[in-house]
Amino acid sequence: MKIAVLALQGAFIEHEHILEKLGAEVLEIRNLTDLEQPFDALVLPGGESTVMGRLLREEQLLEPLREKIQAGMPVLATCAGLILLAAHSSNDDRVYFGTMPVTVKRNAYGRQLGSFETSGMIAHVGNFPMRFIRAPYIEETGEGVEVLATVEGKVVAARYGNQLGLAFHPELTQDTGVHAYFLRIISDANAIG
Amino acid sequence: MNTNNRYELNKELAQMLKGGVIMDVTTPEQAKIAEEAGACAVMALERIPADIRAVGGVARTSDPKMIKSIQKAVSIPVMAKARIGHFVEAQILEAIEIDYIDESEVLSPADDVYHIDKTRFQVPFVCGAKDLGEALRRISEGASMIRTKGEPGTGDVVQAVRHIRMMNRQIAKVAAASEDELFHIAKELEVPYDLVQYVHVHKRLPVVNFAAGGVATPADAALMMQLGAEGVFVGSGIFKSGNPQKRAAAIVKAVTNYDNPKILAELSEDLGEAMVGINESEIELLMAERGK
Repeated sequence: MKIAVLALQGAFIEHEHILEKLGAEVLEIRNLTDLEQPFDALVLPGGESTVMGRLLREEQLLEPLREKIQAGMPVLATCAGLILLAAHSSNDDRVYFGTMPVTVKRNAYGRQLGSFETSGMIAHVGNFPMRFIRAPYIEETGEGVEVLATVEGKVVAARYGNQLGLAFHPELTQDTGVHAYFLRIISDANAIG
Repeated sequence: MNTNNRYELNKELAQMLKGGVIMDVTTPEQAKIAEEAGACAVMALERIPADIRAVGGVARTSDPKMIKSIQKAVSIPVMAKARIGHFVEAQILEAIEIDYIDESEVLSPADDVYHIDKTRFQVPFVCGAKDLGEALRRISEGASMIRTKGEPGTGDVVQAVRHIRMMNRQIAKVAAASEDELFHIAKELEVPYDLVQYVHVHKRLPVVNFAAGGVATPADAALMMQLGAEGVFVGSGIFKSGNPQKRAAAIVKAVTNYDNPKILAELSEDLGEAMVGINESEIELLMAERGK
């Protein structure tokens, strides 16, 4: 199983370490030539969505990756990654992949002083430590979106087809549960495909 | 929420900035240009280091009104500088909910003995260091991110290179030492033993480490990344150059593609004039010598 991690900016190495620990093979995507290798799934890490979004466009990665996501390639998107996936943002005009029918609110908990940690139930995963760093949350979900977790009434994890979007950072914890769930989604997609 | 958790969250914000470029800006317009060009954060300050150097006099923390106007202009994290040891300037920056405080040698030091006790704050701090001892002392005071000092406002990268090479050399030495030597190393470096032990086990600093001071070109930025920096601060290098937009975007791409010379060559083409700069040997004030 080969998983591509978008390595334009942000906390991508943390995802790679967890995936490798679970036995997956990872490759980093920085430019178009990196797309020549085959891969089964994609990770959109945390970082700054404006930076990754700009580089996705500049490096002409946006369209080819969007096509793969729309064709059903499994995606794990955390924090800024969720913003990249979202079809709408309630406080920003910028839309990137736009493949997940949700409306996100950027920096929804405010500045760094609003960053926090908690824990809560994630469907299919169980109780999980959640770390929110200048995080967004999901304000509205469209048809076919499964809500996986909420914190104080706000949706913080959701699944749409093979797209898994989280407002928090499982890659910053020692718990491999979310990534293991993602690997199950990939296995199921491969079995069907 | 206990302070320890807050410190973890603050270190983690630095992790999210990795692979990015933090740019000095003096106006909301510049902040927008920086965000548009792909900056992962901006440093709001009244004068960029090159001008501080040119004008002279006492350099203090910026007007909160000016910082707030920059916070309003962009969605990325906004940082600001406080003088070394000036904990009230830091309190003021915390009161306006700054995302990161840079306790910076670029400003005139307010205390020639003590740095700010950063453990008393909820907001994160980044501090400059030119060797492992300085880095670990700042971390023990509560810094959740480190940057090389370099020599700000010069456009000369030699000091930043010297500082990161020194840190790499010392980290390698600590990593290779046997466990019973760590006590003596802690004494020599004048730092807490547990931090030396962390470096020994993990072969790296316990926090994210960026390059800063004198970075003026995409090649400079890539050089610092290849030497092990996890991201780059660019101060005077952008808005003191002929074409800030283009240079800023090029430096952002250079940090992402730091080990791809073909892309770096394309990025370096036709950027207009780089900041003129001054050589290390031509300057009278070494900011890197402030705060050890």
